[in-house]
Amino acid sequence: MPIFSFLVYPEKNMKETLIDELSSMDYCEATPSDNEDVVILLMDTPDEETGKNLINEIKELPSLQSLSLTFGHVD
Amino acid sequence: MTITRRDFIRKMALNSAAVAATAMFPGVSFSGWKPNDLPANSIKWRKTPCRFCGTGCGLLVGISGKRAVAVKGDPNCSVNKGLCCVKGYHSVQILYGKDRFKNAYVRKNGKLVKTPIKEALDIVAKKMQESIKKKGKDSVAIYGSGQWSIPDGYVASKFFKGCIGTNNVEANARLCMASAVTGCLTSFGLDEPMGCYEDIDNANVFVTWGNNMAEMHPVLFSRMLANRKTRNDVEIIDLTTRMTRSSQAADKSFIFNPQSDLAIANAICYEIIRNGWVNKSFVKKHVSFHEGKTNIGYGTKDHFKFKDKANTVGFNEYKNFLKDYTPEKAEMISGVPAEDIKYLAAQYGNPEKKVTSFWTMGMNQHTRGTWMNNLVYNIHLLTGKISSPGNSPFSLTGQPSACGTVREVGTLTHKLPHGVVMNKKSREMAAKIWGVPEKNIDPKPTYHTVEMFRALDRGDINFMWIQVTNPMVTMPNLKRYRDGAKKDGRFMVVSEIYPTPTSDVADVILPSALWIEREGFFGNSERRTQHNDQLVPMPGEAMCNTWQIIQVARRLGFKKQFPWKQENYIENIWNEYTKFHDSPKHRMAPYKVLKERSGVQWPFVEGKETRWRYNGEFDPACKDKTWDFYGKKDHKAWIWLRPYEPPAESPDRKYPFWLNTGRVLEHWHTGSMTRRVPILHKAVPESYVEINPDDAKDLGVVNGSKVKIISRRGSIVMKAMINGRGNPTKGQVFVPFFDENYLINEVTLDAFCPISKQPDYKKCAVKLEKV
Repeated sequence: MPIFSFLVYPEKNMKETLIDELSSMDYCEATPSDNEDVVILLMDTPDEETGKNLINEIKELPSLQSLSLTFGHVD
Repeated sequence: MTITRRDFIRKMALNSAAVAATAMFPGVSFSGWKPNDLPANSIKWRKTPCRFCGTGCGLLVGISGKRAVAVKGDPNCSVNKGLCCVKGYHSVQILYGKDRFKNAYVRKNGKLVKTPIKEALDIVAKKMQESIKKKGKDSVAIYGSGQWSIPDGYVASKFFKGCIGTNNVEANARLCMASAVTGCLTSFGLDEPMGCYEDIDNANVFVTWGNNMAEMHPVLFSRMLANRKTRNDVEIIDLTTRMTRSSQAADKSFIFNPQSDLAIANAICYEIIRNGWVNKSFVKKHVSFHEGKTNIGYGTKDHFKFKDKANTVGFNEYKNFLKDYTPEKAEMISGVPAEDIKYLAAQYGNPEKKVTSFWTMGMNQHTRGTWMNNLVYNIHLLTGKISSPGNSPFSLTGQPSACGTVREVGTLTHKLPHGVVMNKKSREMAAKIWGVPEKNIDPKPTYHTVEMFRALDRGDINFMWIQVTNPMVTMPNLKRYRDGAKKDGRFMVVSEIYPTPTSDVADVILPSALWIEREGFFGNSERRTQHNDQLVPMPGEAMCNTWQIIQVARRLGFKKQFPWKQENYIENIWNEYTKFHDSPKHRMAPYKVLKERSGVQWPFVEGKETRWRYNGEFDPACKDKTWDFYGKKDHKAWIWLRPYEPPAESPDRKYPFWLNTGRVLEHWHTGSMTRRVPILHKAVPESYVEINPDDAKDLGVVNGSKVKIISRRGSIVMKAMINGRGNPTKGQVFVPFFDENYLINEVTLDAFCPISKQPDYKKCAVKLEKV
């Protein structure tokens, strides 16, 4: 049951859209910064396959510029 | 309030992200995150440098009981400011693979038999003595690594060079950064970069020369991207032979034909001069011009010898030399449009812009690697964009201590911890510090890495001890060297943590302690020395590599030279080693300071680290407050006239494709550690051959089809990858070398740069067949 956290960078003026899109996804929690264009994403998935698919889905979001892994744990 | 283990891990994950964000954006606020809601717990966080690449990220490893259970980026480490890459985050899992060597093994009647380590060490010592007695001191050799901790390399050098008296000491860093060394030495007279990672926070333009930083140095790449995001005047230009993840993120990507970077660099200099962008006062005061030999060969035959000779020339001769490298002529060689070369030159030439050039294997694993290093230095020297914040020509190392253990300790055949074996004063210094007669140290270098394995094959070397590296996967033209290692009369000792193709050829396997199972030091790409304590116990009879060498040295009668007790031998070794560098040009931090901090840069003078060398504003070794290239006798940096010369082997009718080899983000070198980490293994479970979609169509190959790659040396069958993470140009294929099930180096060529002796893993000719 993997848990990952990422720093997520939105495309210009797309922060709110990105937060909405991430928040609507299963197994995702988005914590936006109050004063910078960066969002913390916490991913807590039931298995590795779901985690992998979810990351691929996130990478396809038009509002996403890039994401950097900051923590990873797999049981 | 009770908290589950899962809640606890989630909070750690959130905390890590928030701390990393704080490092990237000082003052950043997350009202949804409360830093104090992580409960007190039994995990202790201890600092260490990362075990993998040469970036030197600071990690905090979570220790629970006697086990390492978690990793986060160290926010106090200026290298990574709390960030980490996927390998770093999973790094502690490399300690706990199921097939870890916990005991020594000795080959008896053809089979490896579990043996008490004391007995195994006795056998190693006995076999060494027998070989020396029978065939002389130069019949024994040690082959180490840029993953050696500094004390490992130091005692190896002292034992072999000082005590036994052979210069048969080499390390796999010869395969990854020797051209960077000779580039520095020929241009500046001293090794290692003048700049530091703070250049990333100051540069306006980043030019990456054949360098896929997004995968090989991902944390530094993230820092570049973060700077581009927070500042409006930052541009990343990717010079590459294939499209990579770095290309995708760059502002511009210029694709060049293999080997033609030589022509491009010269054309940039031509344009800088033609447009009057030369920093004349800098060049007049701080630069001299030199030409060396040309048509210098490729070293593909045994006993190849080459020695360069420098002739001093003037600026006008240099200007005339560059006439062969107009952007239009360079376009014909490189395939890069002249307009793009002019654009590059304009960025370097613009006095308002600070420019940092980064490179790694693309430039160093090159049959003219030394020349390529010289040529990029030429660009920075002509424009005076060097040794000041944001202006840096910067070779990034591939391994965690290629700088610390190989370049600084000098674990190469010609080197000593200070200076070279050929120099009497250097030998005298070493003999005095080591407590051996000066005559013990042979003034003649023996074999560089490729020639050392050729000597093993020929039988000139009979005993070889390999530590912390996997040459039976990484040597180019591999089959010759693997067959050589298995010949009768060879005795192979391998210090390892897991079974590998190299331990398969061993007569003795010594189980090594890994990374945080022992105390040690690494030295990263920016001259930063980083200490780690022993954080967890060694498994079974595993032993620190340093201690293994000391044990064998004592068995050979060198107790006086290796007198230390096990409780504090690492500290004592550090104190002895740093006597070699006791000058403002290279003074290293004391042991106590290194224990406290997350790395310290040298020269460390009067309690201060030196960020930029050769610039009197920052470097106390300079004679005044201006630039002083004190490595050279004329106190000037040298611009070299280095032409374009073709590679050792190019595609032809019979072998129409270029083969390029390299790495992927998830795996460390030959994968012997990272392929044992489930999440990394699953991310990239096996190697593959990247093929251009047009070539794949011509061959009738789709993703996953089996393809045979054939060169004049060997062949291999593997699956095709089309439009994957990398995309080679038409006529080129790329293969990652991390997978021991696909030994791509049976196909590669053992040609090398005649000056650095570093092999070229990026260019040879192959043909493809659909299987």
